[in-house]
Amino acid sequence: MPEPLIKARNVSLEADGKPILKDISLDIFRNEIFGIMGPAGGGKTSFLRLVNHTFRGSNVKIEGRLHVLGEDVLSDEVNPTPLRRKVSMVFATPVVLPMSIFENLVYGLRIQGIRDKSRLREAAERGLKAAILWDEVRDRLDKPAQKLSGGQQQRLCIARAMALSPDVLLLDEPTSGLDPISTFRIEEALKELKKRHTIVLVSNNTKQIARVSDRCAFFLMGELIETGKTSQMFTVPREKKTDDYIAGRFG
Amino acid sequence: MTPKRAEHIALGLMVSGAFLALAILLFIIAVIMIKGLPHVTLRFLLDNPMDMGRAGGIFSTIVSTIYLLVVSLIIAIPLGVGTAIYLTEYTVEGKVTKIIRFGTECLAGVPSIILGLFGFILFVVKMGFSWCVLSGGISLAIMILPVIIRTSEEAIKAVPQSYRDVNEVLGGSKWQGVIRLVLPNAAPGILTGIILSVGRGIGETAVVIFTLGTSLRTPFSIFDSGRSMAVHFYILAQEGISMKNAYATAAVLVFSILIINIFSYYMMHRFVKGRT
Ligand SMILES: Nc1ncnc2c1ncn2[C@@H]1O[C@H](COP(=O)(O)OP(=O)(O)OP(=O)(O)O)[C@@H](O)[C@H]1O
Ligand SMILES: [Mg+2]
Repeated sequence: MPEPLIKARNVSLEADGKPILKDISLDIFRNEIFGIMGPAGGGKTSFLRLVNHTFRGSNVKIEGRLHVLGEDVLSDEVNPTPLRRKVSMVFATPVVLPMSIFENLVYGLRIQGIRDKSRLREAAERGLKAAILWDEVRDRLDKPAQKLSGGQQQRLCIARAMALSPDVLLLDEPTSGLDPISTFRIEEALKELKKRHTIVLVSNNTKQIARVSDRCAFFLMGELIETGKTSQMFTVPREKKTDDYIAGRFG
Repeated sequence: MTPKRAEHIALGLMVSGAFLALAILLFIIAVIMIKGLPHVTLRFLLDNPMDMGRAGGIFSTIVSTIYLLVVSLIIAIPLGVGTAIYLTEYTVEGKVTKIIRFGTECLAGVPSIILGLFGFILFVVKMGFSWCVLSGGISLAIMILPVIIRTSEEAIKAVPQSYRDVNEVLGGSKWQGVIRLVLPNAAPGILTGIILSVGRGIGETAVVIFTLGTSLRTPFSIFDSGRSMAVHFYILAQEGISMKNAYATAAVLVFSILIINIFSYYMMHRFVKGRT
């Protein structure tokens, strides 16, 4: 077994006296799409936010160990900025910045002080191609990004994250609210991306998890009910709750 | 009296109140323009006052006014915008922010004559600057600071939180988010506040008399005294030197304030439109 890129051991999270994650242990390996599914409020987004060190709240209590790319991200010494360049996150609702498509794409590079035109263009193109958006916007990169359609905006956000060439891409419900065609495009893009990257895909669409993920986890009310190979979880789940959820009996 | 009738009466009062306010404004502007505008010539704008303002123009007072405003803005903008950034981006709402906010509210409530006296005692006398552009600029900056803080804060808060989140997940520091996303998007709102405070500063007399002084010479260094247009008008009218020139000065003053207000109104509209 290779060393996992993300290794959670007994991670518990509490904010405002309310338990959000309870004793989560799981491994995510290089070049896989790891799906996280579960009903609303299960702690999926919170888990992603722990991984890239962006969880914010009052009275936050964290226990356990969480190693990301070999670094202990729960320790106080972790420097979050370099971490976030290697572990990029895309939100459930697309947030495009009020600037051109190009400037959106290179934002992450500009804040690193990169000014070289050809490097910026290269990164922008790489991101767009990764998100399968290149053909649609290649000749209007200087147009305002907010004019793009919802599906294009979501792919632009993925492209913006990919322009940084991160090791890990955290996607929080990237296709919620999108039409089937846009969803299909994003799923195709993900399958292509996993050749060189590792993807954590949060989705409350179980069919999507079944379609694209290699391994997955089922979160329920802050607990990790089950994790394993997607093919196995969707055919012979070990837990009855997983079976019920996949069959659509709750959630 | 039926509720319906009461509503009619109340509505009538409110409408006539609104029209009365408008009528008073138009009346004031009309009187000043009719009495003043005929005397406003290019020579009036470009000549220095002579014989205490009985003759000549108001050139040196225009220079003093602009000089004073520029100095006070140079002080108040970084301080005010900086305070607003600190309050909104770098602190969690709590005791400290409440105290700072309460302090600025109080500052806004201090009568300008008191501020003038304070500026006089501290800058003119104690620190030995005498009456000059610097003393006036600092004192006026203190006066407009609350306006700039308040409007900047509102403008900064109106920038969507999601922009800051994007900056964060792409590896940006808080400061980079402020510089690259928050300030550019808050700029129209901040600018509106600055223009508003220019409007207030241009008409201010109490603070200015005490700190800038009343010299009719054109100030060059920030340690030179001067006389702003508003103060000039006040002295001309109050000492009965020349009602003709007083009205002409007032016309220029009102005209500038009008332009500034229209401009800030326009900016505000663009700001609101840009947000949606
Ligand atoms: N910063 C916070 N402070 C306090 N409670 C929080 C915080 N963030 C999340 N929670 C709570 O933790 C629980 C899990 O939230 P989270 O957003 O992680 O769930 P989720 O699985 O992503 O749900 P959804 O499918 O609706 O996106 C919710 O009950 C939420 O109210
Ligand atoms: Mg969520």
